[in-house]
Amino acid sequence: MKDGVGMRRNPRRRFTPFACVLGIVVGALVLSACGGSSASGSGSGVKVALILKEFTNPYWISMENSAKSEASKLGVQLQVTAGKSDDDTTSQINQIDEAIAAGDKGIIIALNGDAVNSALQQARSAGLVVVAVDTPPIPASVADVTYATDNTAAGVLDGKWTAAKLGGQNADIAMLDDLANQVITVDVDRDHGFLKGMGIPVGNQNVNGQEPTSGKYTGGKGGSYKVACQLATNGSQTGGQSAMETCLSKDSNINVVYAINEPAAEGAAHALQTAGKKNVTVVAIDGGCSNLPFVASGAIGATAGQFPGKMAVSGVDAISAFAKTGKKPTNQAGQDFFNTGTQLYTDTAQPGVPSITSAAASKVCWG
Amino acid sequence: MNATTDDNELTTVHSEPQPDREPVLSATGLVKSYGRVEALRGVDFELYPGEVLAVIGDNGAGKSTLIKCLSGAASPDSGTLRLDGREVHFRDPLQARQAGIETVYQTLAVTPALDIASNLFLGREIRKKGPLGTVFRLLDTAGMRRVAREEVQQLGITTLQDITQTVETLSGGQRQAVAVARAAAFGSKVVILDEPTAALGVRESGQVAQLIRRLRDTGLPVVLISHDMPLVFELADRVHVQRLGRRVAIINPSTSTMEDAVAIMTGARSV
Amino acid sequence: MMADRTGVSAADLPPGTDETPRRRRGNPVQELLHAHPSLGPLVVLVLAAIVFDLINGRFLNPTNLSIMLQQVAVIGLLALGQTIIILTAGIDLSVGAAMILVQMVMAELAVSNGIPVILALVLGLLVALLTGLINGVLVTRFGVPPFIGTLGTLGVFTAVGLKYANGQTITPPTSSLLLWTGKFINFGSFHITVGVLLMIVLYLVVGYALGRTAWGRHVYSVGDDAESARLAGIRTGRLLVSVYLVAGLVYGIASWVQIGRVGDASTDISSTLNLDSITAVVIGGVSLFGGRGLVLGTLFGALIVQVFQNGLALAGVQDLYQQLAEGLLVIAAVSLDRWIRKVRR
Repeated sequence: MKDGVGMRRNPRRRFTPFACVLGIVVGALVLSACGGSSASGSGSGVKVALILKEFTNPYWISMENSAKSEASKLGVQLQVTAGKSDDDTTSQINQIDEAIAAGDKGIIIALNGDAVNSALQQARSAGLVVVAVDTPPIPASVADVTYATDNTAAGVLDGKWTAAKLGGQNADIAMLDDLANQVITVDVDRDHGFLKGMGIPVGNQNVNGQEPTSGKYTGGKGGSYKVACQLATNGSQTGGQSAMETCLSKDSNINVVYAINEPAAEGAAHALQTAGKKNVTVVAIDGGCSNLPFVASGAIGATAGQFPGKMAVSGVDAISAFAKTGKKPTNQAGQDFFNTGTQLYTDTAQPGVPSITSAAASKVCWG
Repeated sequence: MNATTDDNELTTVHSEPQPDREPVLSATGLVKSYGRVEALRGVDFELYPGEVLAVIGDNGAGKSTLIKCLSGAASPDSGTLRLDGREVHFRDPLQARQAGIETVYQTLAVTPALDIASNLFLGREIRKKGPLGTVFRLLDTAGMRRVAREEVQQLGITTLQDITQTVETLSGGQRQAVAVARAAAFGSKVVILDEPTAALGVRESGQVAQLIRRLRDTGLPVVLISHDMPLVFELADRVHVQRLGRRVAIINPSTSTMEDAVAIMTGARSV
Repeated sequence: MMADRTGVSAADLPPGTDETPRRRRGNPVQELLHAHPSLGPLVVLVLAAIVFDLINGRFLNPTNLSIMLQQVAVIGLLALGQTIIILTAGIDLSVGAAMILVQMVMAELAVSNGIPVILALVLGLLVALLTGLINGVLVTRFGVPPFIGTLGTLGVFTAVGLKYANGQTITPPTSSLLLWTGKFINFGSFHITVGVLLMIVLYLVVGYALGRTAWGRHVYSVGDDAESARLAGIRTGRLLVSVYLVAGLVYGIASWVQIGRVGDASTDISSTLNLDSITAVVIGGVSLFGGRGLVLGTLFGALIVQVFQNGLALAGVQDLYQQLAEGLLVIAAVSLDRWIRKVRR
């Protein structure tokens, strides 16, 4: 009984859904034409693609804003895109391909993993300049130049400060890393930097989680330590909160928390607060202005600040210069990247570890 | 008799002249097309009180479409439909039901996941009295089950023992019984049965035939669409023959034979 | 069924004897699981809890149980909305994006625009209803298959959410009603949040609606066989839109619970919320083909995922084993569903 099952629409009405669909398609095209690119630029014609990790972490929005204002100063046309999450290399590869096809002069990229390497090589073969920001690629030669924080140095600052603060006490440590199933430099460098600063062996140079789970730390006055828990947070607040809660379930005596970035640290601090745990030392890396209240209150003991604005501006400048002079940017001799610097922000300074207060930090923070 | 073409609108009635009765359900000049296919090309139809009217026709004759127009599952492009003499337009099956026309589709329109009682009351569930029913919309499950049991017993259906059984666990004949019981329970003017025995064996066909007789005995006129000639000739008071989108004849089963009917249906003989 | 034309008329055979067997009996386990589709997930949940407690004695501590419940509250609510939609043989891929958007709307209106919190919550819920309406209209009026329609709205709601938030994280003041869902209710060393309580209440309400009202019956009917439902007189278009509206409302409540749990509103929440909600529904024994399953099952499903996540982490097992476990559970659940369905003819 299949003849025309209840299709009672009269023929005239069939056009209405069609017209709607047509309208939606046209609308989408118009929107993407308008919404896509940003910087005005009288169009000196220099086009640059800025590919961020994702659009949800405020750190990237801040970098985007710095890049946009520098681009409009120089009359550069900036196209900003990002992956869908911290581990989404697929979207980034597509965006690199699009930049090549669009005839961009260069790509500034905060990469999500080394799966993008071959796409970046293709871009360079096509004559584009590749600037890596925030996360140095492995190997460094994949990019023409890299502007990044020395993530290891940032981690070391955190670690040294923590060791000094402990003053010989036992350290019951929770390590809250970024990704569970992908290895990126940022994740490993900060984690290992922290361990180094604490004076704990890293176990394996290339991956997280291989350090001996207990022993003696040599930083500060030295003492015994154990790594009670090591979990991934995806660099997000919810991830940090869930991970901290699970870690506390595992070991309620945790007194040191290393977090990959400030959202994760804020989530962890929230979990600690609701669990009523006081006197836990939480350290992070980022340097965002919105995080300073946590530093001021001590919920986050110390944070190593980054300068994403510097990275973005340097990137835009480098590509603009290349467009004018044809000279490609390079890293400093003997270095894998341009160090945009790091500084420790804390209101409980420790001797032997340089830092500035949260009040002073409010002048140099980002976002 | 010479063969007449399909465009011949003559409808010869082989039955005795009808006494002066108003049809319960009637239609004149129903036309319905699906794209280029003209399923109905001007069909007339009458159903008199207390009768079993069989509708027969070959595949593609337009039986299904005719039934859909009568039951509200489809809207005719033109033509009029009358119920108790008054013109009606059904926009969906619900309206036809509300007017008192119950249809048992070939696919049965039951929900296998729900039990027999739920299926009986599907779309017309009873709520508990008072605030529980009005505010909290609580269903009167016990009440519906009670009524379902009574209905089933009244129709003499012995094969449905447990009305809390889900329909998917029932055999074809039992599902048919559920669908017919539903139509009988709520039908107030007309019951339409579309190929009720198509998927059944001898035993279960016989049980359905009995059900149909019971229905007629309660005073409800029944429209029976069927390929099953023995069943048609056993039950029907009159037979409406559909061919190529039109009604070409009305046959009296007591004076005509099954061979006559088949011949008219397939066009081997014209009227 | 074979037509048996042996020339014997029905009148000859003794009355009451069945010509065909009533139904093909499955084995007792099949029958039991068929009658109670949430039994399988319950057994898995209890077994998993026991095993994980044996591995790490802290697993069944009141504190850990409290934590698991808090961690499951948001996804539990998302899965609840998803369940209703899946029962109609539909699916909703836009669930996470809608929640993130509504969450930003509630927070921004209350905190940045100074609107009274209650009004901000109501407006947020209205936006949630709107997302449900859009999905519902796409599926009914435009006849777009739910998978494709909600795939489209996933992109739209994500984009709108990101644009609206503009990278900000909005932190309501600690006394704000927005954070009420994060408040604790203590029972000795065991505590739950208001958000967890809201989740339980909504499961009860929706469960009641699905099991005890005509609307619920119609949901199952449309999911099991939409054409039969239509022929039986159910207004399937209206029913489907109402389903998406109810789901939208549940997502709106999930948004409020999310703000309370984390303490602020930001777009930086997992990108796999939609898949996570579907996983919970499927593991809970709700059939993707529609018409079968209970919200109770979904609750078990969500808890199972959380138990595995938490249990494996406590046991110090690598994250990828948790993903493996989830994948295996989904396959097991779907296979079980197919096996149970064999009971029907």
